[in-house]
Amino acid sequence: MPKDFLKDVQPSYDVIVIGSGLAGLTAANVLGRAGYRVLLLEQHYKLGGMATWFKRPGGHIFDVSLHGFPYGMVKSCRRYWTAEIADSIVQLRNIRFDNPMFSLTTSYNRDDFSRLLTGRFGLAEATVREFFDTARGMNFYDDQQVTTRQLFDRFFPGREDVVRLLMEPITYANGSTLEDPAITYGIVFSNFMSRGVFTFEGGTDGLVALMRQELLRNGVEIRIRCPVERILVRGGRVRGVVVGGREIGARAVVSNANLVSTILRLVGPEALSADYLEEVRGVRLNNSSTQVYMALKPDERLDESTGDLLFSSTAPRFQTDLLLSRDITSRTFSFYYPRTRPAGRPRCLIVSSTNARYEDWAGLSREEYEASKRDLIETTLDSLEKYVPECRRRMDHVEASTPLTFQHYTQHVAGASFGTKFEGLAVSRKLPEQISGLYHSGSVGIIMSGWLGAINYGVIVANDVDALLTRATAGDPSASLATTGNP
Amino acid sequence: MTPAEIREEVLDILGDIAPDDDLSALDDDVAFRDQLELDSMDFLDIVMELRKRYRVQIPEEDYSHLASMASTVSYLEPLMRDMQKI
Repeated sequence: MPKDFLKDVQPSYDVIVIGSGLAGLTAANVLGRAGYRVLLLEQHYKLGGMATWFKRPGGHIFDVSLHGFPYGMVKSCRRYWTAEIADSIVQLRNIRFDNPMFSLTTSYNRDDFSRLLTGRFGLAEATVREFFDTARGMNFYDDQQVTTRQLFDRFFPGREDVVRLLMEPITYANGSTLEDPAITYGIVFSNFMSRGVFTFEGGTDGLVALMRQELLRNGVEIRIRCPVERILVRGGRVRGVVVGGREIGARAVVSNANLVSTILRLVGPEALSADYLEEVRGVRLNNSSTQVYMALKPDERLDESTGDLLFSSTAPRFQTDLLLSRDITSRTFSFYYPRTRPAGRPRCLIVSSTNARYEDWAGLSREEYEASKRDLIETTLDSLEKYVPECRRRMDHVEASTPLTFQHYTQHVAGASFGTKFEGLAVSRKLPEQISGLYHSGSVGIIMSGWLGAINYGVIVANDVDALLTRATAGDPSASLATTGNP
Repeated sequence: MTPAEIREEVLDILGDIAPDDDLSALDDDVAFRDQLELDSMDFLDIVMELRKRYRVQIPEEDYSHLASMASTVSYLEPLMRDMQKI
């Protein structure tokens, strides 16, 4: 008989969280800590969603999405997780750019960027100051008509080199483009510029292990290998979920699954208004990615001057569509030194990431797909050679992932690796107006994506759930909730 | 609770949220954001903490009332008037 992954699960809970990405984990933790009975269901065998890692023979551990987040993570981890997690956050000091327009290394914060922009790029101090202040003053409810391209044109007309310096890292951080609303750029850029780029010492595996411990301490029940089949809705209210053919009741459900599949697949169109469905169908998913994972032989070391993050490109100028092209000219290399995992075996690893389109990979035959993967690996090694001499000889293990890999592991529609475009945020926020007690939390609207965005959105939604359940408990008839289980 | 007690309670919550800020010099009529290192998540924490302690519900459209200490206290006064300070 197969193992029952739902063993000892109760017939009902206060809250069921579907999916254990950083938003789902954080929502579950905040609600568990507040005293609610929480069940966390994950379809994969590991917690973390896109915040994930994998091991390979030779003592190599690859981080899939740990490339650097803003300092705000320290505060969010301290407040919504633990001091131990917050104290494990360390700065990445060497952020490199290398392209036909410029080559430089920066600590990627406002002081250093101001120095570069006024010195090397020859811009007026007042212009630079005003640009930073404008970006920092942006709020998510601001005007969305202005695009990032227009923002740059206002401050730095004709300066494609400046646009490249300012935009390239953010495109890699959250998939946003010059055509997206300027606020999606300004908010994320300012978050980074406040202090620089940070990472988690101990790796993604270390972080997720600490999070799991904290969830258990807060009484959250965790079940892996439990793909939710349906979200139960009756009379305009959420009643629970169906998982493994079993109904489990809940007063509230938070879905950390992909926004579009939550609504169209897990809920289904019957329970939703026509207007809302139209909005849902209009949500554009963000792009996916390809990655190449490279492990140096155990005794090989990278020189620290190689940098922590390297935005490398051979394209003469920065263009969003070029970044998505199969003909790759731009790559972001993340370099991992033994200090990434001080308690682990000393290893040097490199992860190359490139934004990619699902369509470019989905229609291939098996042979074409394998050949494309090999080509991706070979061209990546070619381009790495400039920064890591004799890299092929020094490698112990190399493999590649594609948009199909991302889709396989996360079940995100089209392998989306940065959630949705901006309009997804409003659709996500409006879900509880359609179905009382049902919430979505996860990577949406660009500003709620990335490690910090996902964690904070988990908190925002946990607050909404707490407000609903508090109201219900206090006897507000407008929030009265039927008992779970059978109607 | 009197306005003075509500102020004291908000100050106590702020102390947890912004442990590195000196709250003794807080000017009630100036926006929190212009005196303290607060971001939008910090305001959400004020909302969550008030609900936890006193079951006060502050809808998202009212968050703007939490701009300064003076505006926060006058917004909370009718909601918390009949409560006992914990």
